[in-house]
Amino acid sequence: MTSMEPTPTPALDLTAKLSWRVAKNAIMSGLMLTAFLVVAVPLIAILWSVVGKGAATAFAGFPDFFTAEIPVVSRRAGPGMGPAILGTLLVTGAATLIAVPLGILGAVYLHEYGGNRKFARLVRFMSMVMTGVPSIVMGLFVYIMWTLTFGYSAFGGSLALSCLMLPVVIGSTEEMLKLVPGHLREAAYALGTTKSRTILTVVLPAALPGIVSGALLAVARAAGETAPLLFTIGAATAYNPQLFDGANNALSAQIFTNATSSFVAAQNRAWGAALTLVLLTFLITLVARVFTARLALKR
Amino acid sequence: MKTAPATSEPAQARSKLSIKVDDPRPTPAAKAAPVVFDLEQLEIYYGSFRAVRDVTLKIRKNEITAFIGPSGCGKTTVLRSLNRMHDVTPGAHVRGKALFHGIDLYGPNVSATEVRRHIGMVFQKPNPFPKSIYDNVAFGPRVNGVKDRKQLDEIVEKSLRAAALWDEVKDRLQHSALGISGGQQQRLCIARTIAVEPEVVLMDEPCSALDPIATTRIEDLMRALTSRFTIVIVTHNMQQAARVSDRTAFFTVELDAKNDQRTGILVEYDLTSKMFANPSDERTENYLTGRFG
Repeated sequence: MTSMEPTPTPALDLTAKLSWRVAKNAIMSGLMLTAFLVVAVPLIAILWSVVGKGAATAFAGFPDFFTAEIPVVSRRAGPGMGPAILGTLLVTGAATLIAVPLGILGAVYLHEYGGNRKFARLVRFMSMVMTGVPSIVMGLFVYIMWTLTFGYSAFGGSLALSCLMLPVVIGSTEEMLKLVPGHLREAAYALGTTKSRTILTVVLPAALPGIVSGALLAVARAAGETAPLLFTIGAATAYNPQLFDGANNALSAQIFTNATSSFVAAQNRAWGAALTLVLLTFLITLVARVFTARLALKR
Repeated sequence: MKTAPATSEPAQARSKLSIKVDDPRPTPAAKAAPVVFDLEQLEIYYGSFRAVRDVTLKIRKNEITAFIGPSGCGKTTVLRSLNRMHDVTPGAHVRGKALFHGIDLYGPNVSATEVRRHIGMVFQKPNPFPKSIYDNVAFGPRVNGVKDRKQLDEIVEKSLRAAALWDEVKDRLQHSALGISGGQQQRLCIARTIAVEPEVVLMDEPCSALDPIATTRIEDLMRALTSRFTIVIVTHNMQQAARVSDRTAFFTVELDAKNDQRTGILVEYDLTSKMFANPSDERTENYLTGRFG
């Protein structure tokens, strides 16, 4: 008689049970948090100390620090870093103008035309080797090839920095070109578009945001390089707006010389210059990001 | 090989076909339309692998020709050989005769770019450029040297109207083409293709990524476009072939037991009405009735 009654279904339990899967999830989450901290703590510590020790010097009597010339006597306290800021902009700007177009053209050759040809493989290999060359060696190279003949100039520094940026731009641009879907190229070809025109009007615009990111990374790294500049740009304390003529200066070089000085005033200036460099890099990145966002379409 | 060359009278055959009662075009004259593509013993290779062989057929002007058949039978491969899209695939090459108005498509002085200006293509997946709707349609004309803004505006409007998309997008021509629906994107791709005024439009399963309503719109569009263009369509959907096409080519795949290679072959090519009512090859009949493995 009980067989007529439907057996009651056991109470539905949808709560999470303790299991190896849950434990694994917790362990992995913990590891990821640790990895995040390992990366974030040094970054925050750097920003903390740079702002903490540099802000007082950099913003005392604003904007003197950013405009005044570098004191010739380094033990004297006071501003400024103006010539070094101008120098960094000149050197990095010229290096960008050399390395970014050349790097993009190189990557377009490698990915769109070279493929797996012998010459393309050689270029790709050389570019990889170039990534591994220490920056000071690049500096020495430019010192011998350029500075010994033409003397100190901002342009010498640009040459050294562009040698450092070039493989980074080539590598990142080629990766971005690989990500452009093949069906976009096919669509352009099917409209009777030539290969070069397809690259200019479809492939490069589609890859632009990624290319800009890669170029920015290279610019930011180059702006902070010190070693190659030590041999090539000299150490001027006055403004020198000439790109090709005369000794110049750069923030990174100023940080190096002031930080290794024994005078407190000089060390303070090094912190101020470090903060300036961080702000400058941040500003450049921001401007480039806004620029690429402007190019993007509204949905 | 049992390719049946299409020589029967289209007018007579058409009248037997009930699904085409609302065909907007006047019944073509008894004499066949001029031949656009003349393929003879066409073979297509990927490296040393022969993907398709024995393709002999004539595609006629202002008609819709459908390629049907199971997966891997080479219908897309044949379609892409018609506007030299294989040129971008390393190792792919063609043997046999492929004439376009009597000119060998693969002749020594023939430029693939010029060929594609006359023979456009719409792909399986809608592939608009990541540009605005306007720039997508204006892309082809710009490549061909049209710079005048007013003239471009006219071409864009005309093409979008022809693709039955104008009313839906006229207020957002400057918005990204990626923001419209899949069906709209596919019609945009058709508009982009016809903006360069090709003679032939090749369509590679243009509706396979679309819902039935969008599919119907594209099929209506294809019928309307035959007054200006010759259309070749690859489709997996036999009903679609029956609904829209004038002639159908049935391909199948043949397994070579010796080297375990699969090669596509053309089994039968005939008027759609004839093929769907009374196929002359047993393999076609098996496929059309669903008995094909």
